[in-house]
Amino acid sequence: MADSIAAISTSIGEAGIGIVRISGENSIDIGDLLFRGKSVKSLKESENRKLTYGHIIDPKDGEVIDEVLIVFMRKPHTYTRENMVEIYCHGGIISVKRILELILDNGARLAEPGEFTKRAFLNGRLDLSQAEAVIDIIRAKTDESFKVSLSQLEGSISNEVRRIREDILKMIAHIEASIDFPDEDIEQITYNELEKDSKAILRDIKRLLDTADRGRILRDGLNTVILGKPNVGKSSLLNAILRENRAIVTDIPGTTRDIIEEYVNIDGIPLKIIDTAGIRDTEDLVEKMGVDRAKDKVEKADLIIAVFDVSQDLTEDDHSIIDIIRGRRSIVLLNKSDLPRKWDKGYLNKLLPDYRMINTSVIEGVGIYELEQEIKNMFYAGDLEVESNVIITNMRHRDQLNKAYKNMKSGLEAILSNVPLDCIEVDIRNCWENLSAISGDAVGEDILDRIFSEFCIGK
Amino acid sequence: MKKEIKKFLAGDYDVIVIGAGHAGCEAALASSRMGMKTLALTMSLDAIADMPCNPNIGGTGKGHLVREIDALGGEMALNIDKAFIQSRMLNTSKGPAVHSLRVQADKRKYHIELKKVLENEPNLTLQEGEVVEILVKSNEAKGIVTRTGAIYNGKAIILATGTYLKGRIFKGEVNYSSGPGGLSPSNMLSESLTRLGIKLRRFKTGTPARVHGDTIDYSKMEVQPGDEEVVPFSFLNMGKNFDVEQQPCYLTYTTSETHKIIKKNLHRSPMYSGETEGVGPRYCPSIEDKVVRFADREEHQVFIEPEGLDTKEMYVQGVSSTLPEEVQIEMYKTIVGLEKVQFMRPAYGIEYDCIDPRILKRTLEHKDIKNLFFAGQVNGSSGYEEAAAQGLIAGINAALNIKGKEPFVLDRSEAYIGVLIDDLVTKGTNEPYRMMTSRAEYRLTLRQDNADLRLTKKGYDIGLVTRERYKKTVEKKEQIERELSRLKSTRVTPTEDINQFLKELGSAPLKTATSLYDLIKRPEIRYDELKDIDKDRKELPREIGLQVETQIKYEGYIKKQMAQIEQFKKLEEKRLSENEDYDNIKGLSNEAKQKLNQIKPDSVGQASRISGVSPADINVLLIYLEQKRRREKNLSDD
Repeated sequence: MADSIAAISTSIGEAGIGIVRISGENSIDIGDLLFRGKSVKSLKESENRKLTYGHIIDPKDGEVIDEVLIVFMRKPHTYTRENMVEIYCHGGIISVKRILELILDNGARLAEPGEFTKRAFLNGRLDLSQAEAVIDIIRAKTDESFKVSLSQLEGSISNEVRRIREDILKMIAHIEASIDFPDEDIEQITYNELEKDSKAILRDIKRLLDTADRGRILRDGLNTVILGKPNVGKSSLLNAILRENRAIVTDIPGTTRDIIEEYVNIDGIPLKIIDTAGIRDTEDLVEKMGVDRAKDKVEKADLIIAVFDVSQDLTEDDHSIIDIIRGRRSIVLLNKSDLPRKWDKGYLNKLLPDYRMINTSVIEGVGIYELEQEIKNMFYAGDLEVESNVIITNMRHRDQLNKAYKNMKSGLEAILSNVPLDCIEVDIRNCWENLSAISGDAVGEDILDRIFSEFCIGK
Repeated sequence: MKKEIKKFLAGDYDVIVIGAGHAGCEAALASSRMGMKTLALTMSLDAIADMPCNPNIGGTGKGHLVREIDALGGEMALNIDKAFIQSRMLNTSKGPAVHSLRVQADKRKYHIELKKVLENEPNLTLQEGEVVEILVKSNEAKGIVTRTGAIYNGKAIILATGTYLKGRIFKGEVNYSSGPGGLSPSNMLSESLTRLGIKLRRFKTGTPARVHGDTIDYSKMEVQPGDEEVVPFSFLNMGKNFDVEQQPCYLTYTTSETHKIIKKNLHRSPMYSGETEGVGPRYCPSIEDKVVRFADREEHQVFIEPEGLDTKEMYVQGVSSTLPEEVQIEMYKTIVGLEKVQFMRPAYGIEYDCIDPRILKRTLEHKDIKNLFFAGQVNGSSGYEEAAAQGLIAGINAALNIKGKEPFVLDRSEAYIGVLIDDLVTKGTNEPYRMMTSRAEYRLTLRQDNADLRLTKKGYDIGLVTRERYKKTVEKKEQIERELSRLKSTRVTPTEDINQFLKELGSAPLKTATSLYDLIKRPEIRYDELKDIDKDRKELPREIGLQVETQIKYEGYIKKQMAQIEQFKKLEEKRLSENEDYDNIKGLSNEAKQKLNQIKPDSVGQASRISGVSPADINVLLIYLEQKRRREKNLSDD
């Protein structure tokens, strides 16, 4: 019997409606756990393939998550030829993500890339002529997700996952050495030690999970570029945003002094903010490289924050910036508005009609709140999209972290009730494998390598 | 001038086994017991089932292998039950899955008893002879040639040559061509294998000195006696009384003086001067390695173990060395209690040819040369038990091949033997491979206590286990089931007596009626202890009580593992053909194509364990298999 899988099947953040799908034998049980219908008490009683109105709730505390339409489709007449449940909820990232998380916490696992299609084919739903296309889809999606997953993991989070994984490996190696080499002169592991270690690891995983819930684990947030001529206040703006919203990573290796990237989370919306070198025509080759790169960043930006100095006349540089942002999703900041103004909104409005403009004085901290509100508005209105595979990758990480936590927790309980080592090791090893799935590290000879490097073994 | 050797036809056999060590003996016995006319050839009849290294059988992981060999109808367990002189169950404090039986063997007795078994086997011919050539025609093994010119035709050949192939012994600056323990090496067979296109590599291992027992001061050492209760290896011997006077082992330590001598003479070790190319096992380092790698340790353990009842030779476990004999003697004398020690055989390192086991199928048959099998140390493993397990599987499959029957393969969820062979043929090994319980991902279900329940039926189906033995196991299974369900339905109520009883066991009182089954789940309560409040309990064999207790206590964990096994089996059951050309499968990565073509896995599960084959590649394989299945179905429908 196949296990149940779940995924978000609409692109995240752009549509008014989000769809979350579950496929597998017990998808209906999961649906029933989460769904409270108005007219229909249970999905099992609901009419096959008929939309039903109700709410998704968190079964833990009954909290209502969203107002939804839900449909149950009985096998074999479904896409995957398995029992399927589809939940139609509000679009935007918050709702679909929350619903998917609940599904994962209640018995399904996150679908592998292309897994619905794979099941459809393996269960005979798609015909033979589509086989190659299916292979292409799965190959592409898996590779893509792997790429994203790896890129997500550069930097501090992967370091943290690896560090915890290392600690667990140490525990496992000690347990295994005690088990496999009972005659050796190695310090026998004690339950006190095990308890201490597993508690520390639980704390570490919990901390990562908390950041994951705050969205901090979302490394690649919305690509946000701050644009402006030199000395217009770009860096001060960046600092002001960072001050209010804790920075995630600073000083990404590989960036030059010309471009600084910072990660920040505004009420759950992940941003990757790029502070570019001043855009202006320049003969200086070194500076030009920075400028070219800045233009490149603009091309890839999801959102541009353009900063102008109202205390000075618009220069040629300012005009080229206006040209750049025309037609792109942008917010315009009229900075240094505490100083005497040389011009005002009305003037720029003619050049950039329908652009949201905010008066700021970055140095004084004026207008930062408005800027953040505006970013949130644009995001929830669906004006801003974030690449959905980024969210999914992070769901996967969260899912694995969650499982890692549960496994270690069960290990700790076993330790506290004096369950024998060979059983305890099962939980600890499962936890280790969960973390390995995040960091993409293979499990295998590691344990033995560790035993032999750490302990003097041999007769 | 060398004279041409005149060859002569010496006989026709179904199966020819080269070597009569632990692998060869099991292979020859399995094949002959399965009705094959079998020839076992050995360089020396005095070296049958020889133990050229440590004088024990079993231990962690290894003990599990011996139990599995027994359940499948092999000989090792029965034989060691005749020849052990001390018995210990290791890891009793660490959970049922890792309890491991280890015994000290009387080496000579072990040899004599197994030789007797071989001699008395009806279909088996035992003969001395050195094989120098394997005869292969159109990629099929046909026979062998001995050094004296005898040609034996065989339908299947099993190579179980141990560490004899181009064996070379090292003692300091001295090194010479030799088999283990001063026996002759086999120098010509290697060339024959090379001519067949089989690549050979060098592994090495080592053994400590044997010393005279009367020259040891045991009063300075810690005595290590055997267990009071002796548990036999063979399931056939369960419940029998063993009238064995157990011999003690002794624990002592090296001193800083020992380490000083070693460090001073390190340059005289061929391992450190770079004279050898062989790769040695990490779990079995020489004393030189230990002193160098763990330089801050002030002492290392040394175990003194008897080699047998009829000899005063003692094995000095923990001090294997390739230093010159002169240094060895000086160094051994600095070990506590060995101040006046008299050497009988010095320590040595030995280097030998072995194959890369990835050229083998999971039946241990060569992938390209039909009916040529490899088993034991020649495959890059180490240890008597690992060798015997492979020998058994090779012998079984050689017989099955000849009979034209389905091959016999154990997977990783069924047996340690499955883990051992899958590791060898799928992942290969960079050092002599030793079994360890940590290598088995389904350790909780692969216990040494339930090997009979797991494997007896398989042994019976193959024809190695008698009907009587099989029926006994079925009966045991039923007894366990009955007792489990009886305990489930037997409830005790929270009376004063019951709660007083529980209090005495250090357990919390009952609030509601509870089944005995649930009471046994409490860590502090043993099955045996419940006897007093379990009025209907019938007297059952001890091993059934233990089995019942284990299954109840670890039910939660065992269930978890069973769920994992179910997932594992799904991919294991997706068969891949050995004729598959992976270059033609669209969508596989280039690395995967190359690795898959090299290993030719027999299931998608096995493919998933090959390094370089990604989850995406596995998905591609699954789609491909379904595609192929439907194409074939369409064809047959037409």
